[in-house]
Formats: sequence, C-alpha cells, structure tokens
Amino acid sequence: MEKRVTFKGWLLPLCLIAPQVLISAVFFFYPAGQAVWQSLFIPDPFGLSSQFVGLGNFEYLLGDPYYRASFVTTAVFSTLVTLASMIPALFLAVMADRLVKSAGTYRTLLIWPYAVAPAIAGVLWMFMFNTRVGVVSWYLGQLGYDWNHVLNGTEAMGLVVAASAWGRISYNFLFFFAALQAVPRSIIEAAAIDGARFWRRFFTIVLPLLSPTTFFLLVVNIVYAFFETFGVIHTITAGGPQQSTTILVYKVFSDGFVSQDLGSSAAQSVILLVVVGLLTVLQFKYIEKRVHY
Amino acid sequence: MATVTFDNIKKRFGPTEVIKGVSLDVADGEFIVIVGPSGCGKSTLLRMVAGLETITEGELRIGNRRANDLEPMDRDIAMVFQNYALYPHMSVAQNMGYGLRIAGLPKAEIAAKVQDAAKLLQLTELLDRKPRQLSGGQRQRVAMGRAIVRAPSVFLFDEPLSNLDAKLRVQMRLEIRELQAKLGITSLYVTHDQVEAMTMADRMIVMNAGRAEQIGTPLDVYERPATLFAAQFIGSPSMNVLEGEGREGALWLGAARLPNPTGHRGPVMLGLRPEHLVPDPEGPIAMQVQLAEPLGANTLLHGKLETGQGFTASLPGVHTVAHGGEILRLGIKPENMHLFDRATGLRLG
Ligand SMILES: Nc1ncnc2c1ncn2[C@@H]1O[C@H](COP(=O)(O)OP(=O)(O)OP(=O)(O)O)[C@@H](O)[C@H]1O
Ligand SMILES: [Mg+2]
Repeated sequence: MEKRVTFKGWLLPLCLIAPQVLISAVFFFYPAGQAVWQSLFIPDPFGLSSQFVGLGNFEYLLGDPYYRASFVTTAVFSTLVTLASMIPALFLAVMADRLVKSAGTYRTLLIWPYAVAPAIAGVLWMFMFNTRVGVVSWYLGQLGYDWNHVLNGTEAMGLVVAASAWGRISYNFLFFFAALQAVPRSIIEAAAIDGARFWRRFFTIVLPLLSPTTFFLLVVNIVYAFFETFGVIHTITAGGPQQSTTILVYKVFSDGFVSQDLGSSAAQSVILLVVVGLLTVLQFKYIEKRVHY
Repeated sequence: MATVTFDNIKKRFGPTEVIKGVSLDVADGEFIVIVGPSGCGKSTLLRMVAGLETITEGELRIGNRRANDLEPMDRDIAMVFQNYALYPHMSVAQNMGYGLRIAGLPKAEIAAKVQDAAKLLQLTELLDRKPRQLSGGQRQRVAMGRAIVRAPSVFLFDEPLSNLDAKLRVQMRLEIRELQAKLGITSLYVTHDQVEAMTMADRMIVMNAGRAEQIGTPLDVYERPATLFAAQFIGSPSMNVLEGEGREGALWLGAARLPNPTGHRGPVMLGLRPEHLVPDPEGPIAMQVQLAEPLGANTLLHGKLETGQGFTASLPGVHTVAHGGEILRLGIKPENMHLFDRATGLRLG
C-alpha cells in the first residue's frame, strides 16, 4: 500500500513549502548569489564604484601565500577540534555507561559546558591562560613553562582548539552516551562469553556499532570547526599571532570587514562554499558506505 | 564436557530474593531443561552459570572447579541467547570465529573449525552473509554455530526458540537435541514452553518463584508431580484441580464418590489430568459440557461439575455437544488420581 500523502490541488502543498523556500531564499540563496556576484568585482576604496575583474579576485587569492596558509591552518584546526572534542567525549561516555549508580548525575554535569556560548567560553579560556593574570599560565610559570599564546603561534592554536572543543565535548558525549545505551546488552555479553575483555570488546564490537553516530558527529563537528568557532577565535586570538589561527571563515571576516577588501572577501566566501560542499559530498559518498552494517 | 553442580544457589537483587536456594547435580552430557512461568528466575539461574550475574550465596561448580568467581570467559561455557545476540557488523563466518580469534588461534585453524561447524548446521552457503540477511531460523543456527565452534564444556540456552514460528520451533527442537546428543556436551536449556521441556529434557527443573518445585525426568514429573504447581504447569491442557475430602474410605468431590488411592483423610486437593478421564455411564464425575474444541485426534470438552467448579476433559475422537449443555458422566482410574496437601501443595502418597 502507498503510504504517501497525496494532495489534490497544488495550492496547499505550495503554501506548506513556501516558508522553507522563502527563508532559504532570503537568508541563503540571495546572500550566496550576492557573494558570487561581488566576487567578480573590486570596489574602490570609498565604496562608491566597483570595477569588473572577472575571476581576478580568485586568481589573486590562489596566488596569495597567506590565503594558502589559511587553508592549512583550517585543516589543522578543524582536525584538532574534531579529534579533541570527539575522543574525550567517547571516553567519558564509555565511562559513564559503565556506571550503574549515579550515571544520571555525571551525565547532567557533563552536559553543562554545552550551555556556555562560544564567545563566553572564549573569554573564559582567555582569562585562564592570560599571559599576565591567567590562573593556568601562572601555574605553568611556576612549573617553569613560559606560556605566551600572544607570541607563540603553536600555543595560540592549542588554546583556540581547546576552547572550541571544550563545549563540544558535552554535545558529543550526549550522542555517544545515547548510542552506547542502545547497544544491546546481550551482544556485549555474548562477546564477554566469547572471551573478549573490556577494551577488546570496545574496539571489535562497540566501536563498529557506534559508527553511524561517529560518522554523524564527524560531519557535524567539522562543520562546527569551520563555521561556529568564529566567536572563540575572535575573542582569544583574533586570528593571530601572525595569522597562525586565521581559519578561512576568520579570514573572510578580517579581509572583508577589517581590511574592507570586499571583493576578495566575497571570493573567499564562494571558495568556502565550494569546499564545504565538496567535503560533505565526499563524506557521504565514501564514509557512509562503510558505516552501515 | 563437564558436570555442573548447584549447591544451594541463591540470588538477591537488592532486598528481593529471586533465587531462593537451588541445588542440582548435572551429570556429564546431560540435557537439563529449566522450565517455569515468566519471572520465576530461569534466566537468572542460567546467567549465574554463565557468569553474567554474580552468585549471592551458595556454590557453583563446573567440572569440579568452583566457578563462583570465574569470569564468563574462564568458565568454558557457550551461550545461545533468546535474540541470538549475533554481532551485526560481522559476517556469519566472523561471528562464528570471533571467540577463536580472541583466543588467538591461527587463521587457517579458525577457518577449518568454522567450516566444520557450518557443515554440521548447513550454513556453508551463508558464511559470507551478514546477520540481517538471514531468516530467523538461520540466525538461530548461526548462534548455535558460534556456540559449538569453541567446543565448550557446557552449553547454555536461554529460550532460543521463542522467536521462531511453531513449525520451525519443532524442527529446531529436534536439531538441537540431535546435535547435543552427537556432541555429548552438558546442556542447560531454559524455556517456558512445557512441550519443549517434555520433549527435550533428560531431566527438567520445574521452577516457581525462585524455587525448584521438582527435579526429575519428564515422565516422572508428568506421572508423579511433586507439587500442585508442577502438576498444573506440566501437561496440556493443564490438570483439573478440585477441592476434595477423604472420608469413609473414599474421596468425595461434593456428592460425587471417587476411590481413594492413598487412603488419606480430611481435606485434600485432587488433580485429574483431562486426558485421563474416560466416558463411563456409571462414572462418579458428572460434567455439564458447555464447549467442545475438536482437535481432530481428540476433543477438548470444557464445562463444570455439579459443585460449580470448571472442568476440562480430553476425549479421543470427535465429540459434539448439544446446545444448552449435556451431562456427561466420566470415570478415572485410581492410579491416575493425584492428591496434594491443601496447605502446602505437596504430593500425598
Ligand atoms: N537486574 C535485575 N534487578 C532486579 N531484579 C531483577 C533483575 N533481573 C531480573 N530481576 C527479577 O528477577 C526475577 C526473575 O527474572 P528472570 O529474568 O530470571 O525471569 P525468567 O524466569 O527468565 O522470566 P522470563 O520467562 O520472562 O524470561 C524477576 O522478578 C525479575 O523482575
Ligand atoms: Mg528469561
């Protein structure tokens, strides 16, 4: 039997999808179109007129070593954020799953960081690691380590990664925890009888069964690292030192709004759009195939 | 292959005692069926043997070795679960070979053992499939295969057939029994289906509310039920149980006078199996028949006695009942009458 709902006319269905289409059009297609259009021009310094340059902005960008460096920075940053937010989350979920008593309490506590807005988390981490007044940097100083993320690019990267990943651990934890709880107990018991100890069971049985969740979180976290970490980077490092934490999105912002190079900024948005599109297609095409058992 | 000994095993979940002291000696190669109604503690008992639940009190010995504190993997057992518990991301061959892989056997040896088991269970064609590509009966076989490749000392089955349709259940029942006889592996088999218990068991434990009501061969339990509970649980349709009284050298059901096989005096519970009743114009039992269920070979007659108690008789052949109910007179041989104590439910005589 056909379970699909069928409409007689076309007016009602049209009304039903109209809000979606309208919102997408106003907030996505129109700005995206604008970006594509603007990427073909260079505006004059006063913004009064602009000159058509075709793909000039793109040519210039691809030849720009800073822009290429930003690609690498983004790759490093998003890989680190994804790993640093997923691995601890999985570990915590596994530990919480082992608890019989008070699992609820731990779960609640572990969710709290997710309620903190990225910019506020950024400020929090910035203060903790502030080179002059930060608690953590002071302790590190006591231990003989001279922390200075304002000058040291590696430290700056570490700090923004930590600040970005921190709140995400909660989010990932929730999904991993739910997925772990959904693994049938008897399968784990069968593996225990088959002779597999805890970590062996984890790697050969549990982890493969979690793969749909892991894949979903992988996509979501990469997208997060690409786009939603702006607040953290802006508050902690503002892309510095020497652009060492300038990810693609931050460069769009700093070139466009700070340096007022709107043409280049628009071209960067377009490239970003394409990159994310490709990434998503790749992920779904090649990884998703392997996660369904 | 091993013996299994339960020495006054108890299990408490918090304050509630769910196994209240079970003792049993299982001989090497014996097929023991644990049967009882839902929630009586069958699975808990089995899981204590598997090492999936701790034993609160008492001692469990597998092959003369104290097993209370052994990990499941160190008990040399294999278990078949009700939902099969196959690893969904592994092929049939990988499922069956998992335990051997963990044990660190060489690949060639694992493959050979899996092949042997697959041949035994007619799974050779299916070795590359994933569990989701199998039918219920095939999954059941794979679960069996996973248990036998490791050649354990003891097989544990927790209602392995309850997800199969009636016909397949009968077939698998035979297969499991044949396989077990061929391999000679000591087995504990949990079921709530008394037909499975009757047909498969060397000996069965009839469990009720955490206690073993009776331990014995199926015929023992059928012919000489030790308690009222065992009497009613084993046998289909279930035994008629009536309040009777022993006096004047006879057994009285209201005004009906039956022979008294034990000579017991005073109030008793009388158990009569429906299939032991025979039509007899002179018989002491008068039943008002209200409903007939023809099953082909025999007919189940449901009705009530003069005392108003419900009563079932199973008579060979086809019977029809006149509308409004007829009175049928029935008799029974004294050796087919079971007497139980009213208070304790224990067998008398
Ligand atoms: N982990 C547990 N915590 C508390 N009580 C439990 C636990 N596991 C089982 N019980 C209780 O122990 C009793 C026996 O359970 P068990 O699963 O052994 O029953 P069963 O005879 O296998 O029943 P079924 O035929 O329905 O499978 C039940 O009353 C159940 O509620
Ligand atoms: Mg059970």
